[in-house]
Amino acid sequence: MPRSFTPKVVSANRLLEGDAVWLTEDDRWSPDFTEAELIEDEAHADIRLLFAKGQPLVVVGVELADAARGRDGLPYPTHFREAFRTHGPTNYRLGKQAEGLPTRGHIPGETADV
Amino acid sequence: MYRYDDFDEGFVRARVAQFRAQVERRIEGALTEDEFRPLRLMNGLYLQLHAYMLRVAIPYGTLSPAQMRQLAHIAERWDRGYGHFTTRQNIQFNWPRLKDVPDILGALADVGMHAIQTSGNCVRNVTSDHFAGAAADEIADPRPIAELLRQWSTDHPEFQFLPRKFKIAITGSPNDRAVTRAHDIGLRMVRNDRGEPGFEVLVGGGLGRTPMLGQVVRDFLPQADLLPYVEAILGAYNLKGRRDNKYKARLKITVFENGLEAFKADVEERFRRIRPEWSGVDQDLLREIEAAFAPPAFRNAPVDAFEAARANPVFRAWADTNLHPHRVEGYSIVTVSLKAHGATPGDATAHQMRVLADLAETYGHGELRISHEQNVIIPHVHKGDLPDLWAALREAGLATANVGLASDMIVCPGMDYCALATARSIPIAQQIALRFEELQVEHDVGPLKIKISGCINACGHHHVGHIGILGLDRAGVENYQVTLGGDGTERASIGEKMGPGFAHTEIVGAVERLVLGYLDLRLSPEETFLESYRRLGPEPFKALLYGEHADAA
Repeated sequence: MPRSFTPKVVSANRLLEGDAVWLTEDDRWSPDFTEAELIEDEAHADIRLLFAKGQPLVVVGVELADAARGRDGLPYPTHFREAFRTHGPTNYRLGKQAEGLPTRGHIPGETADV
Repeated sequence: MYRYDDFDEGFVRARVAQFRAQVERRIEGALTEDEFRPLRLMNGLYLQLHAYMLRVAIPYGTLSPAQMRQLAHIAERWDRGYGHFTTRQNIQFNWPRLKDVPDILGALADVGMHAIQTSGNCVRNVTSDHFAGAAADEIADPRPIAELLRQWSTDHPEFQFLPRKFKIAITGSPNDRAVTRAHDIGLRMVRNDRGEPGFEVLVGGGLGRTPMLGQVVRDFLPQADLLPYVEAILGAYNLKGRRDNKYKARLKITVFENGLEAFKADVEERFRRIRPEWSGVDQDLLREIEAAFAPPAFRNAPVDAFEAARANPVFRAWADTNLHPHRVEGYSIVTVSLKAHGATPGDATAHQMRVLADLAETYGHGELRISHEQNVIIPHVHKGDLPDLWAALREAGLATANVGLASDMIVCPGMDYCALATARSIPIAQQIALRFEELQVEHDVGPLKIKISGCINACGHHHVGHIGILGLDRAGVENYQVTLGGDGTERASIGEKMGPGFAHTEIVGAVERLVLGYLDLRLSPEETFLESYRRLGPEPFKALLYGEHADAA
């Protein structure tokens, strides 16, 4: 029996701006985590990771991050580190939270569970 | 203070031009990220969770008002209006865009600053006592030596690819405010029986995942032998240091694995071999550097205004905590706290930076310092000017009277910014500070050093905190481990790990129980938290942390 695969998104930072972005199903890089392609198949994850790494003039720090589908049907990060990347720092209202982008995942003291 | 000569100026400008070309080639695709990463790191540029981060060196923590104003300008023009002063006397900008970084480096070069060797496996910014050149207990100002080391180590061809990063700290005072025992090399200025200047040399200190205190490798090293001796240490480390395992690559592990005596024998042998090659030109250079650190023209004036202001209890509270004895009669060293209760430790807005620059010019003979404790020092203030200075600081929200107290914490950026972090540090510090403000006990508690790191790399120096807090990721949840009894001074010790960690929602209460419990344990108000801990050992403090479950912990 194949071992179970934890769903993933492809996560990166934009080369020029440095901000966090995620790979969408239609091959865009979005700063909005809800637009990320939730990858539920390991082989497909490998293909998407290779595709992402083939764009070194657009993004850096490409990696797979654990994610799941929320009750709203949209993806959210399951680890708090990636949740921070959808939010920004918690000491100032800067980063994505200040750009009207949705915080996804759970940040203790900041957000409820998705 | 030291000003760049033509050589320094030309060197820094050339590096800016070089990096500008490297950034262009990266953006065009002529350099891959793997090729570019070491180049950007050599210039202080990291990629963090939300953005790039630029770490700018503030050599031995000394800044002029013009430099501080330029940092304010950079914060406003290319960042988000603030900067973060770090535990290594640097400043970090958290939001630069890649293509702007060469311009930022150019703006730094305009005021004799740079970001060179603030990252990478090389000799990093040499840190020093933040009261250097001003403290009453000082043997001599250590900054000329620190500047000599900076010039010698910058772009040193033999030491650009060390096994791992390398940190040197120097103090000119027997009261160690530079945490010299937690550095790869710690230098303590001493005088021998004949009154000649020299150094006690310590090697192999460091915090991080394997905390160790530096050990004495030379009781007395004559001043003229310093550079060849440091070169011998670095040479021995460069060969013997482990390159197979990043976590065993620091000098502390080299010294530990080889034993101090064997390492020392290697260093001394090298030193004997290379010493004759040093013609003394370094000592000529040192004398030139020393001239640049000539003390300001101190004035003799009445201090009546200071004595009168002490009638005001708010001023007095600030004066009691934030002033330190100056070596010149009638003067004080002022520590400006960047730890307002609830604020981010070490952060200053562009406006605050400008206020500090103006005040240093008006009242402080044009000098500023950044401490590894993430505060700003105005080192030479005449006591007669203190009331006016304090009033101006108050207006800018910079008159928090808490230096050396519970809310004056050292705190790393943690997971709010840092890609290496395993948990947040800043909100924990904010909550602890607000709790102590609410309890109104920190002045009664007295000297207490709480230090918080968001991962085992220990940028927040938690191992040498009287109370150390280490943020970890336990099964996907932030968890905070407590160490007690650490000390970064000349009586340095590594804190002892207590029992199980605390959740994000529990750690503030745990610290409160420790501190309030200490008030009942101390023999007298004069016995500090650390002294109580050293007298009683961990058990009563474990009981405070874990209550009736202390035994199980």
